[in-house]
Amino acid sequence: MKVEKPPEGSWTAHYPELGTEPMSYEDSISPEFHDLEREAIFKRSWLNVGRVEQLPRKGSYFTKELAVANTSVVVVRDTDGEIRAFHNICRHRGNKLVWTDFPREETSGNCRQFVCKYHGWKYELDGSCSFVQQEQEFFDLDKADYGLVPVHCDVWAGFVFVNLDRATPQPLREFLGPMVTAIEDYPFGELTERFYYRAEVGANWKLFMDAFQEFYHAPVLHAKQSPIAARPEVQAAGFEGLHYQLDGPHRLVTTYGGRGWELPPEMLKPMEVVTRSGLFGPWDAPDLDGLPDGVNPANKQPWGLDSFQVWPNFVILIWERGWYLTYHYWPTAFNSHLFEGNLYFVPPKTARERVAQEMAAVTFKEYALQDGNTLEATQTMLESRVITEFPLNDQEILCRHLHKVAADWVDDYRRDHAGV
Amino acid sequence: MPEPLLPTEFAELEPFAADWCLATETERFAKRISSSMDEMQAFYDACFPRAEDAIAYCDKLPLDDMPDDALHLLQLVYSLVMVSFPVEAWRQPHIPDSGAAYLDLVIEPVP
Repeated sequence: MKVEKPPEGSWTAHYPELGTEPMSYEDSISPEFHDLEREAIFKRSWLNVGRVEQLPRKGSYFTKELAVANTSVVVVRDTDGEIRAFHNICRHRGNKLVWTDFPREETSGNCRQFVCKYHGWKYELDGSCSFVQQEQEFFDLDKADYGLVPVHCDVWAGFVFVNLDRATPQPLREFLGPMVTAIEDYPFGELTERFYYRAEVGANWKLFMDAFQEFYHAPVLHAKQSPIAARPEVQAAGFEGLHYQLDGPHRLVTTYGGRGWELPPEMLKPMEVVTRSGLFGPWDAPDLDGLPDGVNPANKQPWGLDSFQVWPNFVILIWERGWYLTYHYWPTAFNSHLFEGNLYFVPPKTARERVAQEMAAVTFKEYALQDGNTLEATQTMLESRVITEFPLNDQEILCRHLHKVAADWVDDYRRDHAGV
Repeated sequence: MPEPLLPTEFAELEPFAADWCLATETERFAKRISSSMDEMQAFYDACFPRAEDAIAYCDKLPLDDMPDDALHLLQLVYSLVMVSFPVEAWRQPHIPDSGAAYLDLVIEPVP
């Protein structure tokens, strides 16, 4: 397949600020750089922590552990139906306010008010303190001064974001920018059949983002996954993305997809033929009419998927076959992170539709486990510092961009705090 | 003779039912990793030819209100999906080069 590249001759040259030089991965192996990223990026950027479907009713809540920012937040739908977020800490003596059995684990549920397990202080869903046990024992205490500490919270396209910046952050929509907000009319809210995966991965968060933002690796690393991938002509052809686009700190790759239903059975796994499904999703797609223009924005064919890499650690991947998935990469140290993958489908009406979704989900895991383990192999050898410069090709433009944006945000932070 | 788990039309799959009718992906993945290739090949060889029949059988029933025997049959199909990777692609229970990597499915559809 011949892909037309921009007039400059390459995707990378189309964005000259990226340069074409070999790259350093010091930003993925340096504990000092990671400490700066925590302050410069994760305490200043909008972060997606879930979807509105996780808060179906007034009083619905969930907690999100944000180890990268040394905090936990509780996200709640209040009595007016508004979604709010608070630091998950009791104002009395600092106990974690909302948790179940294990203080470090996330939880969710429904309540009328939050009650601290330690001394029984109560908070309304809007965060105000409504009850202090033995209030008369305190000294000049006014409950109005002891509400929960709010966290900036906003919703876009059903995705709930928080921002831990103490100052007023850039508005969420403005932060997301035109390329990302152009997909807001995608029917995310109709795709509520959810498979939620998570794992701790022994690699810097940016290395796993890199793994899923280039497909140059696909014909090699995943060669044994299917008969077609193993064919010599497929191996020789390698991979070319149909379209790459950058918008501020965000990135997009559009590519073609497997069209299993057009292939002869000998080029497929037998189970793919029976379930009419595979890596690219159920072959018999639901009818999602009127996709917004922001999906497949360059209108490339044969369109297979768009992978929107939303700064800093959130990915929305929209498949041509009428489903989407999200990835989140939550740093836990300079050389480890928590990976979350969520697959979302239209709720199946029949067992046949459900089996096709199961096949897609199981296939996803087979690929992701290959990717995840390769990263640990990358991390350990990068840490050797035997080699400090690495050539990236034009299909790896998004990796180049991610690391540049991280460096830019850290530089901005350093500049803002110079002499402090 | 214990109560059969599967609909009578699928009686020949009954020997596999106790081991492979598993409600969650976590159980199915664990069963796959702890099984030998011979065990999985035997299960696959018996079930794969009936997979289309099994899906068609379950397809006639309401997904949110399935009788237990049909639910077990559906779970058997999920297990067949699970073992299809070792049997059809990897020739080993583990995903090649996946080492100690894991990926837990913590929320999944029911059924």
